[in-house]
Amino acid sequence: MIISASTGVIAILVIPVVAAAILAALPGYRISARLNVLASGLTFLASLSLFFGDQPVRGPYLFVDDLNIAFIVLNTFVGFTTSVFSASYIGHELDSGRLTPVYLRFYHAMYQVMIGGMNLALTANNIGLMWVGIELATLTTVLMVGIYRTHEALEAAWKYFILGSVGIGLALFGTILVYMAALPVVGEGIGGMVWTVLVSRAAQFDPALINVAFIFLLLGYGTKVGLAPLHAWLPDAHAEGPTPISAVLSGLLLNVALYAVLRFKILLAANPGAIAPGPLMVTLGLVSLLFAAFMLYRRRDIKRLFAYSSIEHMGIITFAFGMGGPVANFAGLLHMAMHSLTKSGIFFAVGHIAQIKGTQKIADIRGLTQTHPWLGWSLVIGVVAIAGLPPFGVFMSEFLVVSSTFARQPVLAILLVFGILLALGALFQHLGGLAFGEPTGSIKPSDASYVPMVVHFGLVLIAGIYLPATLVAWFRNVAEILG
Amino acid sequence: MAYGLSFDVAHLLAGSLVLVSFLMITQHRLYSLLNAFALQAVLLSASVAWQAYVQHAPHLYVTAFIALVFKAIIVPVGLHRIIQRLGIHREIETVIGSGITMLVGMGLVALSMTVMLKVTPEADPLAREDLAFALSVVLLGLLMMVSRRNAVSQVVGFMSLENGLVLAAAGARGMPLVVEISVAFSVLIAFFVIGVFLFRIRERFDTVDVQALDRFRGERR
Repeated sequence: MIISASTGVIAILVIPVVAAAILAALPGYRISARLNVLASGLTFLASLSLFFGDQPVRGPYLFVDDLNIAFIVLNTFVGFTTSVFSASYIGHELDSGRLTPVYLRFYHAMYQVMIGGMNLALTANNIGLMWVGIELATLTTVLMVGIYRTHEALEAAWKYFILGSVGIGLALFGTILVYMAALPVVGEGIGGMVWTVLVSRAAQFDPALINVAFIFLLLGYGTKVGLAPLHAWLPDAHAEGPTPISAVLSGLLLNVALYAVLRFKILLAANPGAIAPGPLMVTLGLVSLLFAAFMLYRRRDIKRLFAYSSIEHMGIITFAFGMGGPVANFAGLLHMAMHSLTKSGIFFAVGHIAQIKGTQKIADIRGLTQTHPWLGWSLVIGVVAIAGLPPFGVFMSEFLVVSSTFARQPVLAILLVFGILLALGALFQHLGGLAFGEPTGSIKPSDASYVPMVVHFGLVLIAGIYLPATLVAWFRNVAEILG
Repeated sequence: MAYGLSFDVAHLLAGSLVLVSFLMITQHRLYSLLNAFALQAVLLSASVAWQAYVQHAPHLYVTAFIALVFKAIIVPVGLHRIIQRLGIHREIETVIGSGITMLVGMGLVALSMTVMLKVTPEADPLAREDLAFALSVVLLGLLMMVSRRNAVSQVVGFMSLENGLVLAAAGARGMPLVVEISVAFSVLIAFFVIGVFLFRIRERFDTVDVQALDRFRGERR
């Protein structure tokens, strides 16, 4: 191979930074929107090159293993398709006067910084560096959530900022505690923060200290995953920011935070004296699922509706990883990928719909399949997929989670199924009016680009019907790592 | 005198950080709150410098210097000017009374002592006490963030929380420099973000009372 894995890693970190610098200096949104797409596309290609690395990258700062490749490729892919969607979305915001050219320049630069921050968090071998990456991505999204500068947007951004900072503060304290636990075993210096070193020596760590550290890390990063009762920022941030940001928040940032939790879960599992992290994650996951399922019923804002649906699905994923074991981990990974693709696809559709109708109120959006067949039917497909009905990929992953749970903990499985069905009911209740009611509001045709949306739903459909054997083998391998 | 002078001084400094935290959670005037924060930053700087001396870790002096210049001088002065410009130097409201805040704060300190001292019996006593005090400062900062509704005092609460984190990082022997820089850097970014927000909020609402924002929250009907 011409490109080795290590240049791939460097590329996915450097391209966003360079692109951000150029975008910050470029006037004119048309060219910067295209450059944004180009940079995101190049980052995606660079991430694919990681598959072809001869030897694994393993430095004290960066590393690549089977687990994070899955995350990186998913991350950069959704980052790329969202940039395509953003290019067709954001021009309209300029026309309608919600954004000025200066803010748009800022928006594109921040988009790349955010992608870079997430890639840094995913490739970091150093737990301090991982924290820096997540913090960077969080701060940029805070700025973008508040970009419209309306009352609601500012409140959402402020809430997100305060809660996000608290979460990040707790996570840093947990990181310091992990270093303290490693200190007597690994010794002073950089070694105590390198994840691969930590895992190999974790068995000798003081169990009590690492337990406390994990609690801090779970609460800290869990805030960013949006687990109930730490989710308060999530619906506001999704509803008030630009829709491309809602798509990357749901599709990417939540996953990155979950990835951090998983890394520390592996660390904890390597220590025989430590508490089992599983039950904690199962509880948080189940609480999030049930809470979000009930909350879905009385939503009036369409973006807020799908934000709660994200909490629900992050709950299911956390639950699956908490159950552990090869099947549940496999299901969790698959569900994560499917949820990212489906939910960002839905947000693409919702973004165009909200622009045409000029509102996000569910009550004012009616009969989409008649007035805008492409958008309306895409929304129907998206909701059917996210509700977990066959033949889509989400059905398969949810089925795996439920069936593997039934074999081990039937009571939990019943609660899980109850939550999923509850959410399904709520989504369909809203979908009826949205897609098939008496048409209201503007019926002007949309000049939207449907490609990203169709690609996402297409992939979810294909995954539901046929999963390539290599992908299955890959996920199975990762499920083994997760233990 | 079980551990000697180095331990006593570190203990004294870290303990005073917690005391100043108590001062802050009960402080009702914005200016005095800022002064208390500046005092805490000075103490933090001294504490980190002492750790640098004890651990023979010169890079910690940098962290101490940053704490002194940035947190004890630049940030309080900047916030002072913001408060002046916004004209909000009158008394600030707390969501819960100071008596209850004080009691909750004492409970939090007791909690962090119990938790940290119990789980670190083998760690070096200096780091151990530092960590327990640091957690107290972090939790008191959190308490301040939830018990205030004024945006400026929430920001101060957040920075006080960061002080606790720096104290913990300095106490962890030989922790790599990358983290300390990142902590200082994150504070800088955080301040930038907050500054932007404060000005925007000022622009739109003519108040920095976060409850004024609450009117717009939630579902739009």
